[in-house]
Amino acid sequence: MQSNPATTTWKNPLSAIIAFIHREKIAAFICCLPFVVGFFTFLIVPMGMSLYYSFTNFNMLSPPTWTGFDNYIRMWNDTRFWSSLRATFYFAFASVPLRLIFALAIAMLLLRARRLIGIYRAMYYLPSILGGSLAVAILWGRLFAINGVLNEGILEFFGLNRNFPWLGNVNTAIWTLILLAVWQFGSSMLIFLASLKQIPEQLYEASSIDGAGKIKQFVKITLPLLTPTIFFNLVMQTIAGFLAFTQAFVITRGEPMDSTLFYALYMYRQVFDFGNAGYGSAMAWVMLAIIGSMTGILFLTRRFWVYDGGYT
Amino acid sequence: MMSAISIKDTPKRRIKKGTIKHLIGQIVVLGIGIIMIYPLIWMFMSSFKETGTIFETAGELWPRVWVLENYFNGWQGVSNVTFGTFFTNSAILSVGGTIGAVISSALVGYAFSRGRFVGRKILFALMLSTLMLPAQVLMVPQFLWFNQLGWIGTYMPLIVPAFFAISGFFVFLITNFMNGIPRELDEAARIDGCSFYGIFMRIILPLSVPALITTSLFSFIWRWDDFMGPLIYVRRVAQFPASLALRMFADPAAATDWGAVFAMSTLSLVPAVAIFIFLQKYLVEGISTAGLKG
Repeated sequence: MQSNPATTTWKNPLSAIIAFIHREKIAAFICCLPFVVGFFTFLIVPMGMSLYYSFTNFNMLSPPTWTGFDNYIRMWNDTRFWSSLRATFYFAFASVPLRLIFALAIAMLLLRARRLIGIYRAMYYLPSILGGSLAVAILWGRLFAINGVLNEGILEFFGLNRNFPWLGNVNTAIWTLILLAVWQFGSSMLIFLASLKQIPEQLYEASSIDGAGKIKQFVKITLPLLTPTIFFNLVMQTIAGFLAFTQAFVITRGEPMDSTLFYALYMYRQVFDFGNAGYGSAMAWVMLAIIGSMTGILFLTRRFWVYDGGYT
Repeated sequence: MMSAISIKDTPKRRIKKGTIKHLIGQIVVLGIGIIMIYPLIWMFMSSFKETGTIFETAGELWPRVWVLENYFNGWQGVSNVTFGTFFTNSAILSVGGTIGAVISSALVGYAFSRGRFVGRKILFALMLSTLMLPAQVLMVPQFLWFNQLGWIGTYMPLIVPAFFAISGFFVFLITNFMNGIPRELDEAARIDGCSFYGIFMRIILPLSVPALITTSLFSFIWRWDDFMGPLIYVRRVAQFPASLALRMFADPAAATDWGAVFAMSTLSLVPAVAIFIFLQKYLVEGISTAGLKG
C-alpha cells in the first residue's frame, strides 16, 4: 500500500499498477468511474442515437432511411402533437401551483399542532409515498367511474347522483388526474415544514412589536424567506408534471377525445403502437428542449422574486 | 401607553380566543387528513367485501360481511401465473436495482465529496443535469439502444443501469451527506496508513449509513412502483412485476373481479406502507435534506 509512488522502486508491473491506482487523484477518479461509464453508455449514446434517428424514417424493423427535418415538420403540422402539448401544459400549470398552495397552507397549520403532529404528518404524507403505485391508479379509476365511489357512494348519499361520467367527460377527465397529483402534496409539505421551522421566532416578535398583523407577517416575512424553497419545488414539480405518464396511461388512456393524451403518452403511442421510432425520437428531443427552456425561464425569473439574503 | 394597556387586559381573552382558534385549526387539519386517506381506507375495506357488493355499498366503509375469498381468488393471478410469481418478480427488480443504486451512488458520492481530480466539477455538473433527464425523456432513446443490444424481454435494462449511478438524486443526496462528515476523520485515518479506498471503507461508508438507508428505501419504493420500465421492456407474462400484472388484471374491457383486484392492490402496497410505518424517519430526512420527491 505505497502512498508515495515517487520513492518506490518497482519490482514488477503489478505493484506499479497497484501503486498507480492508489495515487489519490487516480483513486478518486476510479471511484467516479461508474458514473462516467454509465453517463456515456446509458445517456450519451442513446440520446445521440435518437438524435440521428430523429432525422430518419425508422420503424425498428427495417434500417432507418434519412429524411432530414421531415419528422420535425410533420410534428409542426400534427394536430395531435399540439393537443398533447396543450393537455400537458394545462395539467402542469393547474396541478403544480395547487399542490404548492395546499402544501404551504397545511404546513402552516401543522406548525401550530403539537400533540398529534405524528398522526397528521402520516395522514398527509402517506398519499405521496403510495401515489405512484398502480394500486392507487386503479383505485382512482374506480373512484370516478360512472358506477364508482364518488357517484354511488358520496353523491348518492347526498341525493345528488346523476351518474355523471367524470372520466368520460372532456372537461372533467383531466381534473381527476390533476386531483391525483394535488393529492400527493405531502412531500412538498414536509419540505415547507422544514423551512418554516428554520425561520427565527425573533423576526415575528420584532415585527409584532412594530405593529404587523398576521397577514402582514406572512407576506413580509414568511413568504420571502420561503421563496428559495418554493423555487426549488416549482422547478422540480414543473418538470415532473410535464412528464406525467403512468396515471394517464392507466386511468384515462388519453381519453376522452385526446383530452388527457399527455406528451409522454403520445410519444409512447407513436413508438410502441404505431412503430414510428423516428418520429418518437424527434418528440423526445423536442421534449428535452421544452423542459430545458422551461427550467431556463424559471431560473431567469429567479432574481425577480427569490430572496437569497438569509435570515438577518 | 397603548402597549401598557393591551398587555394588562390581554391574557384572559387571548387564551380563550387562542384555544377556540386552535381547536378550529385542529378540526380542519384532521378533517382534511381524513379526506386524504379515505380512498386508501376505502380500498382496504372493499377488499374484504363480497366482490359483487363493492360498488352497491360504495358509500359504506365497513363490510357487511367480512370475506377473505378476494385474496384467494386474486392470488390465482392471470394467464396461469399467480401473484406469488408477480410479487417475486417485483422483489427481484426492486432489490437488484436498489443494491446497484446504493453501491454505485455511495462510491460516486465519495469521489465527488472527497476526491480532487481533473474534471470533477464538470462531472458533478453533468450529474446534476441528469435530474433534468428523467425516464420519460429517455424512454424512447434508451429503448432503441437496448433494442440494439438485444436486451428487450430481459430484466437487464431495468437493473444494469442502476449499477452506474446515473440517478442524480441519490448521488446528490449521498454527496451532501458525506460533505457533512468532518474531514479531520479522513486526516486521522490517513496518518494511520489508510489509503483513499481504506478511508471510504472504514470511515466514510460506516458513517454514511443513514443516507444509504434513505437511498435504498426510496429506490426500493420507486422500483417496486415502476410501471413504465416493465411496460416497455418485459414481454412474457411470467416475468411481469406486480405493477404490470395489476394493470392486466384490472382490464376494464373484460369482466373484472374488483374484489380480487382490490385485494391484490392492497397487498402490493404492503412493502411501501411497512417502510412508511417503521422507517418513516429516513424518508422524511431524505425529503427535507435533498428535497427528494416522495
